[in-house]
Amino acid sequence: MTRNAVEVRGLRKQYGEVTAVDGLDLTIRQGEVFGLLGPNGAGKSTTVEILQGHRERDGGEVGVLGADPATAGRAWRSRVGIVWQDESAPAELTVRETVEHFARYYPAPRDPAEVIALVGLEQKRDQRVKGLSGGQRRRLDVALGVIGGPELLLLDEPTTGFDPAARRRFWDLIRLLAGEGTTIVLTTHYLEEAEALADRLAVIASGKVVAEGEPAELRSRFGTGATVEWTGDDGVPRSVATDTPTRTVAELMARFDGEIPGLKIGRPTLEDVYLRLTGQLVPTTAQQPEDAR
Amino acid sequence: MSTTATTATTGGRAAAAAGALPGAWTLGLSRGGLEIKQFVRQRDAMIFTFAFPIVFLALFASIFHDSVENTGVTASQLYAAGMVAAGIMSTSFQSLGISIAVERDEKVLRRLRGTPMPPAAYFLGKVWMVLATGLAETAILLLVGSTLFDLDLPSSAAKWLTFGWIFALGLTGCALLGIAISSLPKSGKSASSVVVLPFLILQFISGVFIPVNTIPDWLLNIGALFPLKWMCQGLRGVFLPESAAVLEQAGGWEYGKVALVLGAWVVGGLVLCLLTFKWKNRRDG
Repeated sequence: MTRNAVEVRGLRKQYGEVTAVDGLDLTIRQGEVFGLLGPNGAGKSTTVEILQGHRERDGGEVGVLGADPATAGRAWRSRVGIVWQDESAPAELTVRETVEHFARYYPAPRDPAEVIALVGLEQKRDQRVKGLSGGQRRRLDVALGVIGGPELLLLDEPTTGFDPAARRRFWDLIRLLAGEGTTIVLTTHYLEEAEALADRLAVIASGKVVAEGEPAELRSRFGTGATVEWTGDDGVPRSVATDTPTRTVAELMARFDGEIPGLKIGRPTLEDVYLRLTGQLVPTTAQQPEDAR
Repeated sequence: MSTTATTATTGGRAAAAAGALPGAWTLGLSRGGLEIKQFVRQRDAMIFTFAFPIVFLALFASIFHDSVENTGVTASQLYAAGMVAAGIMSTSFQSLGISIAVERDEKVLRRLRGTPMPPAAYFLGKVWMVLATGLAETAILLLVGSTLFDLDLPSSAAKWLTFGWIFALGLTGCALLGIAISSLPKSGKSASSVVVLPFLILQFISGVFIPVNTIPDWLLNIGALFPLKWMCQGLRGVFLPESAAVLEQAGGWEYGKVALVLGAWVVGGLVLCLLTFKWKNRRDG
């Protein structure tokens, strides 16, 4: 039995001419909440689907809970919970019927009533699935993902379509499961979600891991420098990206008499780091440092 | 969490999982109940599934009701027998072909595949549903046929026995064919067209809509490759008097051949399903 919940080495997957995953390495320790970040088409979903055993890989080694998902059997499936990105539960059944039925598939399921309450659907438990809102259906998806009491939970964009309150409740649920020792792997578009939940993150771009580590560590490693913003003499907003903001401010103080209009010093957020790492950083008002002099 | 603790928990849970996975038979029963519940709750679909053969029976048997020369039967009786066969095929082949394609498209199948549910439980559940709906459909058709269109219910146990095995083999063969054809449509939306067209054609060339003695031999021979022709023929043997056998292509009911062809479709259909069944759409990889 390996200590790592997930071990991936040199994973590759092609779709025709397109390389979706290109030599990806991942190590996810047991009991941690791991976030996979990346833009659309970066290979996140493909990677997660391969971890679930629902997509064949073209190369590399994959171990999930000590087994190869491509060949793992029923016992393995009962230890892995999946929350899909785009899903539909049978429309004519009620929430309770659906959750109770799925519980039967597992050797040691959680209590269906408890799981329904966990995802906040107790008010809707006797309602047919077809009558649920989009967000409520996603919560049902989460319920079906955790009903088996999984050791590893794989979630692909789990909070897409949630309102802010539902998202907070979902975060609480993830923390609760993590507190019980469940290993959680989630892909997300939401940086704040990754920062709030994940013990560690991997940023994926073009099918490769471009950065990996704790959120704060990523920020300090890749988010060096700062942005100094102010309003110029002509009333036009200026900004400078610099590793030495203090010096920039000193230069500005020499130029302006008294207050520097609209002065703002920004430290990079995780979002800036993410955008830079995935090559999506679009310079907006940034100008060359020479302008400041 | 320490290494030893982690390993111990994982090992313990894994052992429990390996020991107590629920069996396919039990889960199949549970899925069958669920399938029937869903079918009944989808009221419009249920009414149309049941009504289709009944409406056709009423139409054909009302329009063509004259006695057929030298046979002692009426056209209505011929239609009633044929429509029972078509009813069996519609509740099995047509309903499974469409519903599984839709479930695949809506990723219900993929989700099931992500659970430890054994695949056999899914198919068993479908079998129970098809059995329940097939029996209900047949009962309604027999009731309508016998009260309105002079269909004589068999009086001997031997004939009911014949009816029983034709029903069982026909239903199973058509259900397996339905599961196999469900992999053909590219999406759930196109499923009903893909499934209904071959079924309609078979109904024309197998003696459901048109009496067998007026269908050209070459068309009838194509129909003979599929189960419906043999189900119709066998059921005419059950519900019509011996004197009507002269209408048959071979001049008799050919029960042996009926059993052989339907049995072959059960085996062949099973092989076809095992070879072609997909849990995912083509575009889902």
